[in-house]
Amino acid sequence: MSLSSLWRAATQHRLFWPVAALIVLLLINVPFTPGFFEIHLKNGHLYGSLVSIVLFGSPLILVSIGMTLVIATGGIDLSVGAVVAISGALACLVVSKQADQNSVAGVLLSFGLALAAALVCGAWNGLLVARLGIQPIIATLILMVAGRGVAQLITGGQIITVNSDSYSLIGGGYWLTLPFSLFVVALVVVLSMVLTRRTALGLLVEAVGGNAEASRLAGIRSRRIKIMAYVFCGLCAGVAGLMISSNVSAADGNNAGLWIELDAILAVVIGGTSLTGGRFHLGGTIVGALIIQTLTTTIYTIGVPTQTNLVFKAVVVIIVCLLQSAAFREKAFGALTKRRNPARKDPGASVDAAPQLEVSP
Amino acid sequence: MSVISRGGPSPHGYRLLQDRRLPVLVTASLFVVMFGFGAFRYQAYGFLDAQVFMNLFIDNGYLLVAAVGATFVILTGGIDLSVGSVIGFTTMLTAWLVEKQGLPLLVVAPIALAVGAFGGYLMGYVIHHFEIQPFIVTLAGLFFFRGLCLVISKESISISDPAVDRLAQTHVPLPGGSFLSIAAVVSLVVLAAAFYVLHYTRFGRRVYAIGGSEQSALLMGLPVAGTKIAVYTVSGFCSALAGLLFTLYIQSGDPLHAVGLELDAIASVVVGGTLLTGGSGYVIGTLCGVLVLGLIKSLIQFEGTLSSWWTKIATGVLLFAFILIQRTMTARRRG
Amino acid sequence: MAEPRPVLEMKCIVKEFAGTRALSGVDFRLFPGEIHALLGENGAGKSTLIKLLTGVHSLDGGTVSLDGRPVHITGPLQAQQAGISTVYQEVNLCQNLSVAENILIGREPVRAGRIRWKQLREQATELVTRFGLDLDVSAPVGSYPLAVQQLVAIIRAVSISDAAERRGAGGSKVLILDEPTSSLDRGEVEELFALMRRLRDEGMAIVFVSHFLDQIYEVCDRMTILRNGTLVAEHMVADLDQMQLVQLMIGKDLGQLEELSEHHAQPADGEPLLRTEGLGRTGGIAPFDLEVHAGEVLGLAGLLGSGRTELARLLFGADAPDGGRVDIDGKQVALRAPNDAIGRGVAFLSENRRAEGLVPDLTVRENIILALQAARGWTRPVPVSQRDELVAKYIAALDIRPADPEAPVSALSGGNQQKVLLARWLLTRPKLLILDEPTRGIDVGAKAEIQKLVVSLSEEGMAVVYISAELEEVLRLSHTIGVLRDRRLVSRIANGPDVTAGRVLEIIASGEHR
Repeated sequence: MSLSSLWRAATQHRLFWPVAALIVLLLINVPFTPGFFEIHLKNGHLYGSLVSIVLFGSPLILVSIGMTLVIATGGIDLSVGAVVAISGALACLVVSKQADQNSVAGVLLSFGLALAAALVCGAWNGLLVARLGIQPIIATLILMVAGRGVAQLITGGQIITVNSDSYSLIGGGYWLTLPFSLFVVALVVVLSMVLTRRTALGLLVEAVGGNAEASRLAGIRSRRIKIMAYVFCGLCAGVAGLMISSNVSAADGNNAGLWIELDAILAVVIGGTSLTGGRFHLGGTIVGALIIQTLTTTIYTIGVPTQTNLVFKAVVVIIVCLLQSAAFREKAFGALTKRRNPARKDPGASVDAAPQLEVSP
Repeated sequence: MSVISRGGPSPHGYRLLQDRRLPVLVTASLFVVMFGFGAFRYQAYGFLDAQVFMNLFIDNGYLLVAAVGATFVILTGGIDLSVGSVIGFTTMLTAWLVEKQGLPLLVVAPIALAVGAFGGYLMGYVIHHFEIQPFIVTLAGLFFFRGLCLVISKESISISDPAVDRLAQTHVPLPGGSFLSIAAVVSLVVLAAAFYVLHYTRFGRRVYAIGGSEQSALLMGLPVAGTKIAVYTVSGFCSALAGLLFTLYIQSGDPLHAVGLELDAIASVVVGGTLLTGGSGYVIGTLCGVLVLGLIKSLIQFEGTLSSWWTKIATGVLLFAFILIQRTMTARRRG
Repeated sequence: MAEPRPVLEMKCIVKEFAGTRALSGVDFRLFPGEIHALLGENGAGKSTLIKLLTGVHSLDGGTVSLDGRPVHITGPLQAQQAGISTVYQEVNLCQNLSVAENILIGREPVRAGRIRWKQLREQATELVTRFGLDLDVSAPVGSYPLAVQQLVAIIRAVSISDAAERRGAGGSKVLILDEPTSSLDRGEVEELFALMRRLRDEGMAIVFVSHFLDQIYEVCDRMTILRNGTLVAEHMVADLDQMQLVQLMIGKDLGQLEELSEHHAQPADGEPLLRTEGLGRTGGIAPFDLEVHAGEVLGLAGLLGSGRTELARLLFGADAPDGGRVDIDGKQVALRAPNDAIGRGVAFLSENRRAEGLVPDLTVRENIILALQAARGWTRPVPVSQRDELVAKYIAALDIRPADPEAPVSALSGGNQQKVLLARWLLTRPKLLILDEPTRGIDVGAKAEIQKLVVSLSEEGMAVVYISAELEEVLRLSHTIGVLRDRRLVSRIANGPDVTAGRVLEIIASGEHR
């Protein structure tokens, strides 16, 4: 195997570019923060830039995982930010009403209620999309708008603060020297991997997103699959909401999870899952979410004014989307692609696809 | 010729159930009912004062302009998420140029409008020529313009320029003692212009044709590319204009102005009866949508005990109701 | 015979898609004042030819001339301006706009940029009236039935070439009607034909594509027959009877199939596996009664568009029937969706591999396992070892190449993709396997393998419904043959030595049995 073919094999691995981008981003930090990769043990807790990237990136990773499944079915969920707010608000409300805010039972109850609310939100989106056949963007727009209102209704328009060590564990606490949220993320990641790859859910989701009509004719009950994807996405957003509110020990119906749907979609796209549905890559999504978090951190550390963060993200979105666009590749690297596979030029125009004239009205 | 000469429009009462104007009528009646409710309930608080009605225009003029721009995009079956950010950016740009650079508003306004329109043009170009979903491209636009706000300044810039102040305070008197602001008048002019463009120019009809079926429009030999790009340019322009009106209304630039306003704009368009799949709707409907959303806000203010978040919930509920209406209408039309 | 100069002449037309020849050296000519039928089965190259004329595709070889002048067609707009207008089966109008606008959009009367609505309506009314229609031109086109929309599309097309003629820009008048009648009822077809005749008499040259033979004979003057991308013949309609036409269209393809001996009527007694009574769907297939027994191969013969696929889709629950009943194993069943049918042991291999069969993102293994997995539900994945064993077994049994279960299915050739889909269904151990054009667009070797497989499956007791445009295939494989014509199951005959291609062709051509 020549060096160039080795290079090609490596670059063609779907995780290559995301991971390379992540590494480059991390390396950029080194000249500015010499001890960037160092991890210290202080008071039995691990500290370091890498740890905080994971810690602060946890909610985004969670939301992105749920979003990945929804996008894989060919849908999208704009309401995750609102669900984050609802879940955080409800949990904080329940905890703040307890006589003993530290009571584990009370905190668990708050978790349960918050997740139940998130589940209902997900099921609502799923029903609108799968049962009523409303376009996903539009269907989830409803909850995106109304959900923030509901969250503020729960908090009464105030920021509810809680004072509970048990509650702050999930988002800000440490366990076995590691941030507790790391365990939660790991648990959700493992759970979603098991759910999609140890059962047939992943295959069915990819089939529905890859070719909805073929899936129907193969006997897949695509409605059920879609509803499950939205419910799972809602639950992920719910857990992320708990984490965010627990991290600051407060629930803010207005600002919790603001823009997180956009970051999550971005993470999914960077991770190599196509917005048109089909094949999904949970590993890629996690890397994508880490890239976004690292980008934020990097902007802080290298002293670029933090306000350019959003402009950066916009540029990244556009570059990633342009690279995913066949039309762009054709125009930009037209000569190259054409030579390699001439079939590309006229997609779907092969003999057996073109003369499909029969119609069943 | 028997079949056809007899066969007028479909026998099943097309005019009643499938008339494209029906949703606008529903929204307009909803407005009337809500207004009546307000008038009855808050009689004592002067709800029936003509100025209360005029204030709907004064307080929501910028939203109306933004929603009119969004109507163009949605009529073609697209979506523009960058509306709020472009508005926010325009307030920042205007405030910065006027306050920090000392330029007169007369020079700043055209610059701001050109920047907004150019942003829209770029997004339209990428959407059409690179076949990327409008949702994603305008999402990038949302990030980009919000980011540019922060690049200009992280702090809010208040405007003390006397010309701006004078313009903002100018009352356009109406018969009966009520008045409108300059911004409200501008928004109504924009509405009239949009109505004219959509219904009396070839460009406007192409917008509807593309929304009806892009494929057909292409096969009919219509310039689809140019029209689609133009529609996003119009939306960018309207957003920038809405930004200028918002600057007048608030007299400051702030990087967090108009966050999420795109949702209000889209909601107004949908509640106004425009199909999100494109091809059907009226700017007059959009006006009704804006008025209904504005009235909800006013009612909640008058009620006093209700909190502002009810606006969002009510908007969501309305959105849901109208999307359901749209859904059943399109389903019936297809069947 | 001294013929006038053709208005349109295409010579030695070649078009390739991804290395496959869709058209190889086809000649086509069209005379003014005639209705010219373009005929051929699926893959014959009709639509490719039309798309070349309308500028949707570009030529790979050959010349096109209009009125004796060579032309180079670059796009739909330019084709229209040159005088070639097309009306497609799925009417390309904007449903949301009024009739008047649809006719005149892009050419609206304006003064100082302002559309003059009154004049627009008047112009449209004038045009509509000139074509003998009486419509409210300000009503949305979508509020009229499809037939009227079809006519509106024709009016638009013709008025554009008229206008071009007046400007002297074109002047040739060619109207292409691509399957305009497939969704129309009898009365509506009459209206359309009246308009077509009228245009013909005004000197327009009309290309008419239809799957309904009677309609061809009713309205056409001349016909061109294509098969497998080549020109078979051009005839005056009056010179060729339906029987000869069907023979020309279907042709013979004996090829490499000699190993397979004919395989004839077996006793098909006892309780049928599947029985339908009055099952039908408006616009798809007229109500039909059918029986299929275990171990029986029921061949369905008929031309493209005769309702073969529509019948199969009803048996599989892919479309909802308007009425009638289906019994499987003697019990009435409701087939609301494909999974109802799959649950009762029915499998359906669609003729449209790309749109209705493959999930191109997924691997060969995943595509093969899909139907079985769907039947088991998501909670019960097929155990890995069993899955790999099954997949390997079917890859070997069907000789799928490359024999790599992890290969992306989109990288396989058409024949191998078809085998993947066959494997998908065989894995579910169906009692009734419906194969819709399983051998279309695949190489001869794979064709023979698939046919042999059908024989051995039926010998093992599986019932098979076998749909093919190739009559020889149907005759060779079937125990019973159902013949379809014009969306109707017209005949069901037991296959035997006395059943010949000629006899089936006769039924297809005449619609009558015995």
